[in-house]
Amino acid sequence: MNAPHPAHTPTTTSTPAGSDVVPTTLPLDRRRFLGYVLAGSTLVAAADLGGAAPPAAAEIPTPPQIPELYDLNDMLTDAARPTANLITVVIREDGTATFALPRMEVGQGITTSTAMLIAEELDLPLDKVEVTLAPARQELLFNQLTGGSNTTISTYTPIRVAAAVARAALLDAAAIVLGDTVAGLVAKGGVITAPDGSSVTYGELAARAASPTTVEVEVQLKDEADFAVVGTPTNRVDALAAVTGQKDYTTDLQVEGALPTMVCRAPTLNGTPVRVRNQDAVEQLPGVTHVATVSTGVAVRAETFGQCIDAVRALDVEWADGPVAGESDSTILRKLRSAQLPMPALPPNPLARTVGGDFTFYFRSNSAMDTNSAIADVRDDGATIWAGLKSPIVAQQRIAEKLGMRPDQVTVNVVTAGGSFGRRLFFDAALEAAEISQAMRQPVKLMWHRADDARVGRGHPMGTCRVQAVVLGQEVLAFNQSLTCVETDFRHGLGEIITAKAADLPGGLGNQGFAQTIFALTQEVPYDFGAVTQTIIETDDRFNTGSMRNIYSPDVRVAGELVVDQMAAKMGLDPYEFRRKFQRNERLLAALDKVAEVGEWGRRMPAGTAQGIAIHKEYKGVSACLVEIDCRPQTTGRQIGEAVTGPRVTKVTYAVDVGLAINPRGLEAQMQGGINDGIALALTSSLHLRDGHFLEASWDNYFYTRQWNTPPEVEVIVMPSTEKQPGGAGEAGVAATFAAVACAYARATGTVPTYFPINHKQLSFEPKPFVPPIPESPTNGLDLTS
Amino acid sequence: MPLQTFVLNGKTVTVDVADDVRLLWVLRDRLGVTGPKYGCGINVCKACTSHINGKAFNPCAVPVGRVGPDDEITTIEGLPEQVEAPQRGPNGLHPMQEAWLDRDVAQCGYCQPGQIMAAVALARKVREEGREVTESDLDTIRNICRCGTYTRIREAIVDGAARM
Ligand code: FES
Ligand code: FES
Repeated sequence: MNAPHPAHTPTTTSTPAGSDVVPTTLPLDRRRFLGYVLAGSTLVAAADLGGAAPPAAAEIPTPPQIPELYDLNDMLTDAARPTANLITVVIREDGTATFALPRMEVGQGITTSTAMLIAEELDLPLDKVEVTLAPARQELLFNQLTGGSNTTISTYTPIRVAAAVARAALLDAAAIVLGDTVAGLVAKGGVITAPDGSSVTYGELAARAASPTTVEVEVQLKDEADFAVVGTPTNRVDALAAVTGQKDYTTDLQVEGALPTMVCRAPTLNGTPVRVRNQDAVEQLPGVTHVATVSTGVAVRAETFGQCIDAVRALDVEWADGPVAGESDSTILRKLRSAQLPMPALPPNPLARTVGGDFTFYFRSNSAMDTNSAIADVRDDGATIWAGLKSPIVAQQRIAEKLGMRPDQVTVNVVTAGGSFGRRLFFDAALEAAEISQAMRQPVKLMWHRADDARVGRGHPMGTCRVQAVVLGQEVLAFNQSLTCVETDFRHGLGEIITAKAADLPGGLGNQGFAQTIFALTQEVPYDFGAVTQTIIETDDRFNTGSMRNIYSPDVRVAGELVVDQMAAKMGLDPYEFRRKFQRNERLLAALDKVAEVGEWGRRMPAGTAQGIAIHKEYKGVSACLVEIDCRPQTTGRQIGEAVTGPRVTKVTYAVDVGLAINPRGLEAQMQGGINDGIALALTSSLHLRDGHFLEASWDNYFYTRQWNTPPEVEVIVMPSTEKQPGGAGEAGVAATFAAVACAYARATGTVPTYFPINHKQLSFEPKPFVPPIPESPTNGLDLTS
Repeated sequence: MPLQTFVLNGKTVTVDVADDVRLLWVLRDRLGVTGPKYGCGINVCKACTSHINGKAFNPCAVPVGRVGPDDEITTIEGLPEQVEAPQRGPNGLHPMQEAWLDRDVAQCGYCQPGQIMAAVALARKVREEGREVTESDLDTIRNICRCGTYTRIREAIVDGAARM
């Protein structure tokens, strides 16, 4: 923290702040960058969000697979480069630094890690850094998308540059105030001290360090070896607000006149309203102010959400069927099967043996705890929206289109959301709220009922994954993997409407192109398996889908790792030894060895229980997972009221190397969450499509991991990394866990599952009605106190 | 419309709303008390968990008309005042909230007010039964956390119960 301040020099004076001049920012050496002090009355330091990141370094693979050279994160980072604009760190007179993050906090901890980066470069205590979420900024184009675990990767350097510029300007100003040279000054804890002991605070310097014109400056970033905040386990900056009920989500906001609003939806997925038979009667119900038919259903606005629920239930609506009316899991699976392409030819060798598998993955929901919601206040001359949005620019453009306005007439405010898991890449509630507000000519606070969120909200598409491998003696000659699935909707594009439209071309070709690209940029087989081929076919665009946490990887890795265990058996190797033998990546090998050691791979286990081990590599990060599962009858038969119990994962050991871990405590939390996702995908959680709609309407229908399923023992090991750049973290816990649980289940029961989750074919609940579309709230709560 | 009166976080409140409106909406939409969250509206997810006369309950499943003028409703906002000042921690909060902070439990945070209120009620219950929190007590907690913070929740409950 006390390192002497590196020299910096103003190099050019450009036009005033807010002009569209965006000079090219060229790294001079690995830690020297150009930034700006913008014209202003307080210190405003800036960096170019697109230009500051150093180019991605490629590994030297043999033979290379695409993601090893250039992965989805490189694409998201590069997409940002040419058009990016400035991000700013502002020093206020109270000594705090503020920063508006052009990304979305959904629980993944990026406001904390961003505040840590600023605290580090600025030598300011963490509690004096305030990170807010930027509203939609059209000029950022591609650069305002939160996805692909890309936030930390793409913002790491630019944020540091802006903070370093601020620090340098503060030191310059302090040198004048304290009458010393910059080199003699020490900045620490928001105070700059001269050798004679005199000092001045950042707050006192904020106005003096301001510049009347915009100045380009060159700064040197801290050496990673000197990091005192980055890399230190740190609690979340919003933790206090969360545990006191003060953290506000969209439905907690009080916007003048924005009364509770809900939508009555069709009994088939994406069905549409034809006419309302009892509009007058519903308008007369207690609390109800408005009833309006919109494209997605019939909206009601009332004094309370409770009265909205009653009104939705009272509506008598004639519906037109949605596009999947009559379809069920089995009919969609048949369509997928017929869309499958033949597997690539295998190398002919009479001595070789073929090992393979064919797996089905049913629809899954990425419904978060905080259901889809948005506040919209649409007037004749403009609109204001509040919602949790990961792609606010395309949301702004699409909403403007829907309302018949220009994008600049629509203000889109980004609100923290209670979870995303990929769902908030889209803006379904914001678009719907805008339409309703325009129809009712009133501000509305729209909230989806849980039943809506589960049935109509986006999810992970159903798919099949086939694997064929050729084994000769102790070698693998070839490995083919082919995923065929219902389309994943990428129509949020790269965060703005140009690419979103490209994904919207007729015939789904555009989206296919996106899907192919994203598949190619994320998927790799992390083993030396000779000739490797991975392909994807997407078939059906009628469902509400999106990039559920970790997109394709969970399914692809499960299929791959289950076949890996079979190949190991053919060779007489144990699963861990096999994975070591065919490993092609040092960091992955280290993670694998770590979980085997800490998790005591190979320890004796009672019959009906087993260990499973799996690995995954993606987003420049590697992970390994060792689980223990208990499939004995006394465990699978556990009775807990209304609960789906079944096999229990009793222990998880997880090692992750994402590169530089900015906040190891946050990273551990992300892995713990991903572990519970992986367990749910393997054992309990899926949507059942029956006769044109999904059955699930409650958390007691859709079985995400609960306390009775979660492992009593979980250990996450953050590997010391040799990588200097941070890697993606939000998704890294899911795929390896899902695969390890699948492998453990196969070993414990002696049966390799052919579909997931393993309980999909027994329906564990009584489906709630589709008309009315949402259930009544119970009245017996006082009989159930505890 | 009928006037509804009850004690909310230590203060008597009166609100003009129909008897059958569930208490959750009276709290959130009429009184602006937004700590209790909506996650299902059918007493499944437990995101709205609060206390009535010291016991955990779910206001999404209670018509406000069933709540009497002497009933004491505590939401997460009123939890710190449920213990004497010396028992509050460095952040001035209930020991369970402090345990939550020490373990950095929250991710998105949406479920956490309900988790904490459920945890406090569980800790009180086992205390009355003269025993400690067990693994099977933890296994029966229904509050869902879609961010999967269960591991830290379990640790924080054991820790917080010991501090209460
Ligand atoms: S909202 Fe009350 S239990 Fe889910
Ligand atoms: S912390 Fe996000 S749902 Fe629990």
